[in-house]
Amino acid sequence: MIRGCIKSLLVAAFSLGIIFFSNTCLANDDQHKKAEEKKEHFDANEVIFGHVLDGHEFHFLSYKTADGNAHHVTIPLPVILYSPQKGWSVFMSSAFHHGEHEVEGYKLVAGKIVPVDPSVKVYDVSLTRNVVQLFLVLFLLVLIMVQIAGKYKRGIGTTKAPTGLQNAVEPIIAFIRDDVGKANLGSKYEKYMPYLLTVFFFILSLNIFGLLPGSANVTGNIAVTAVLGIISGIVIVLSGNSHYWGHIFNPPNVPLGVKFILVPVEFLGIFIKPFALIIRLFANMVAGHIIIICLISLIFIFGELNPAIGYGASPISVAFTVFIYFIEILVAFLQAYIFTSLTAVFIGMAIEETHHQDGHDEGYDDAVIV
Amino acid sequence: MDLLNVILLDGVANAGGAIGAGLAAIGAGIGIGQIGKGAVESIARQPEAVNDIRTNMILTAALIEGAALFGIIVGFLAMIVGSK
Repeated sequence: MIRGCIKSLLVAAFSLGIIFFSNTCLANDDQHKKAEEKKEHFDANEVIFGHVLDGHEFHFLSYKTADGNAHHVTIPLPVILYSPQKGWSVFMSSAFHHGEHEVEGYKLVAGKIVPVDPSVKVYDVSLTRNVVQLFLVLFLLVLIMVQIAGKYKRGIGTTKAPTGLQNAVEPIIAFIRDDVGKANLGSKYEKYMPYLLTVFFFILSLNIFGLLPGSANVTGNIAVTAVLGIISGIVIVLSGNSHYWGHIFNPPNVPLGVKFILVPVEFLGIFIKPFALIIRLFANMVAGHIIIICLISLIFIFGELNPAIGYGASPISVAFTVFIYFIEILVAFLQAYIFTSLTAVFIGMAIEETHHQDGHDEGYDDAVIV
Repeated sequence: MDLLNVILLDGVANAGGAIGAGLAAIGAGIGIGQIGKGAVESIARQPEAVNDIRTNMILTAALIEGAALFGIIVGFLAMIVGSK
């Protein structure tokens, strides 16, 4: 009954959110009054960074009507600003009209909010599209996983084969538990499974969501991946036992001269391993998005030279883009798996018990039985 | 010596960044190609170990790709910082 209540509550929250934001989407039909100006040059840089970076609205498409006015289909998001001098300011980002208007002393410059008066210091804590997508994915994951966990608790799917959503998610959870958890962590895998499963499904869902047109590029944001990497780093460091620290600061069987070089390297390794996790996820995701946008932008870049070349380049461009899209779906799964797997490997290295020292020939039988 | 002043021209930062990223991609290509070669040969020798080999191959490929992406990010930074 409680589960039904939570589900109804989440459905209600979703519905309210959609109702309150969708009417602004339909009504948000901007008309640029600069139709008399020369045709705007296609700026690939601006398009690419506009898609890959964070923004104050969900931008789906822009089109030009016959009279030359540009219309944008967007979902504007709330802007929440705090300034020690001016206090809190809360308004919808549609008030900016894509950087034309100034609102309450702030203007939009290249996607960032800048105070008109340079002496005013402003802290931007708005609900940008990364934040909204993060919360959306969070709600979805909680909804799905709590439902499935409840089913297992009540015994559904344990004696007979599970059905529905439980059936779809169970192989993935079993895969992470067996091939990532048990393989790297041995007998102590249960303590770390919640974290590994959370990180895997979180990164996977964000990656997949980021592939939908118009969505935000959350895992391609260095701040998000940095937090994930730092949390992994903290988990690794906190689970290290004395054997692990001994190996770092006093590597065994190493001559003294080499120790002077090895100990700083090993110590730096504690920080470099999470750093590599951060950069790997961030760079893979952002590179994939940039490639897709660049391939589509080729059509427009060629179209500027000559409309005929633009039309000719379209099928090739679209074909390449579809191909890269499939690769990006693979990369979405792969990067989530790699992040989880490497975290598990590093935790496994940290919780390793003392292994037998070199020099024992246990297990080697004599070549000749005397 | 005008040849030495080439390095002070505009756009050298962009060229440097792009060339660096390209070299990093070459390194990744060679490395992952060798992993693929080793993995495929091992599968040919012992087909029942396919799953283990595939897991290790993907893991190692991701590590190498991480290193290559370091290089690409540095190239990108060179372009951005150089054009400021």
